Amino acid sequence: MTIAAEARTAHHLPQNWLVRLLDNKSFLIFLCLLPAAALLLIFLTYPLGLGIWLAFTDTKIGRSGHFIGFENFTSLMQDRVFITSVWNTLLYTGVATVAKFALGLWLALLLNNHLPFKSLLRALILVPWIVPTVLSAIAFWWIYDPQFSIISYVLVDVLGWRTSYIDFLGEPWAARWSLIAANTWRGIPFVAISLLAGLQTISPALYEAAMLDGANAWQRFRHVTFPMLMPILAVVLTFSVLFTFTDFQLVYAITRGGPINSTHLMATLAFQRGIPGGQLGEGAAIAVAMIPFLVLATLFSYYALARRKWQQGEEND
Amino acid sequence: MTDHAAAERPHLVEKENSGVIDWSSGPRRFITVYLPLSIFVIVLLFPFYWMAITAIKPNAELYDYKTYNPFWVSSPTLDNIKRLLFQTDYPQWLLTTMTVATVATVLSLFSSVLAAYAIQRLKFKGSQYVGLAIYLAYLVPPSILFIPMATLIFQLGLFDSQWALILTYPTFLIPFCTWLLIGYFKSIPYELEECAMIDGATRLQILWQITLPLALPGLISAGIFAFTLSWNEFIYALAFIQSAEKKTVPVAVLTQLVEGDVYHWGSLMAGALLGSIPVALLYSFFVDYYVASLTGAVKE
Repeated sequence: MTIAAEARTAHHLPQNWLVRLLDNKSFLIFLCLLPAAALLLIFLTYPLGLGIWLAFTDTKIGRSGHFIGFENFTSLMQDRVFITSVWNTLLYTGVATVAKFALGLWLALLLNNHLPFKSLLRALILVPWIVPTVLSAIAFWWIYDPQFSIISYVLVDVLGWRTSYIDFLGEPWAARWSLIAANTWRGIPFVAISLLAGLQTISPALYEAAMLDGANAWQRFRHVTFPMLMPILAVVLTFSVLFTFTDFQLVYAITRGGPINSTHLMATLAFQRGIPGGQLGEGAAIAVAMIPFLVLATLFSYYALARRKWQQGEEND
Repeated sequence: MTDHAAAERPHLVEKENSGVIDWSSGPRRFITVYLPLSIFVIVLLFPFYWMAITAIKPNAELYDYKTYNPFWVSSPTLDNIKRLLFQTDYPQWLLTTMTVATVATVLSLFSSVLAAYAIQRLKFKGSQYVGLAIYLAYLVPPSILFIPMATLIFQLGLFDSQWALILTYPTFLIPFCTWLLIGYFKSIPYELEECAMIDGATRLQILWQITLPLALPGLISAGIFAFTLSWNEFIYALAFIQSAEKKTVPVAVLTQLVEGDVYHWGSLMAGALLGSIPVALLYSFFVDYYVASLTGAVKE
């Protein structure tokens, strides 16, 4: 009512042409998309292209570079630290993702029970995911302290399972596992809450039908829960892989790639070479080397999303 | 036939009953549900407990596990927090982070609302491709953009200024918020807008007076997401800001509070904890919106 009245008076005002222009659909679409498109084109698309260009140059900080073809990439192929960073990234992504999904699914199944204080529980469980990564990483740094680690204290002084304190961040493999553990810890809440959302959309009728057919708990999980959860699982998995693969904060905060460059991920190595090291071209090449992996993850996600739509369409019938 | 059915039925009923009893019986439920759940909660929350307890421990207790029980604090102190607030730039970092996060959020929400409205409501040729492009933009991680972005920021003369962060954060905020808002707009019946249009309302009036009020829960959750994502952002803030007093909390805690070989663990933990509290508070007020929008976003 009031809107209609306002609109009618608006037509009699002198800014008539403005109103009419804003009611022109094509102009309005252009105007609506302009802010987002401008910001994304200037600060995302252009840098993405520039980054790929930089990867083929020998640009350094304060000096523009020349096109050098694949030289950055060929020299990286012989760079031990780079090769290690690729392996670390794959190991970090692989192990942490499996751990996050196994534990997250378990937690989601636990939370899907009838429990008292359900929403409080959900809120508490989300905390590790909400708190800024670097700040919780600093807490892990302190938990992994060689002398005052609370984990070592419990293992040695309380339980007596070990005789010496663990040097969590001082040895390559110990440091890698420590980082993977911290990443898993941070990732569980997101996986658990997303999968819980998926679990809650599964109709209890399906379980009743399965029980009538005599399916045991494992069979119900295998043939009802898992296939019904698959679409959400695929999406959450893609995001998780994407963000674990390109993780920077956690490693930078806890080990900075040490000890002796043994825990560098591709992202942290790109930063070290590119920003403090000043080798912008080489840093960009390391970053660009991540793109093929990301494209694979994206295609997977697109396929998964498309499949979901198809499944949802079928459900609606 | 009847024999068979009679034989089958008791078996079935028994099986169903035993299933129900198994899941609700006390000891078994304790082992399969409550025990693992408690372990999850303890492990997930322990680092925060450890942060909090370290932040209020005097140095004597911090480095002496033999005399004092490390899990508890016998004589709590505020010295670490005082040192953080009065001897470092911490309040300044908080203010900077708050400013950057707020302005980036407002900018992103404004752009996202318009973009989502155009894509979802002003259906046009190719609108689905614009939607797809925005989804793909969300998949481009900051870790591959920060080097070229640093050169761009430098060329624009924005290096070491808050604008460097305010203008780059929307690259990951806009795709996310737009995606979320498209889902929200989709859930608002189109008929409402058609009625208003028949009454002679302009499209902007419809957006402002009908669609936005209805999409308020979506706007709130997009806002919370954007704010916390900005608060959490690290790599751009690390690469584009040099002056100590202009740093954001996550970067400043890591680079300014850790100097040389002496770690002031008490103040560090206090800094990490204080930096976490604003976002934690925000979530605790809006946790239901938050969970709903997260599940909504996943369901989309």
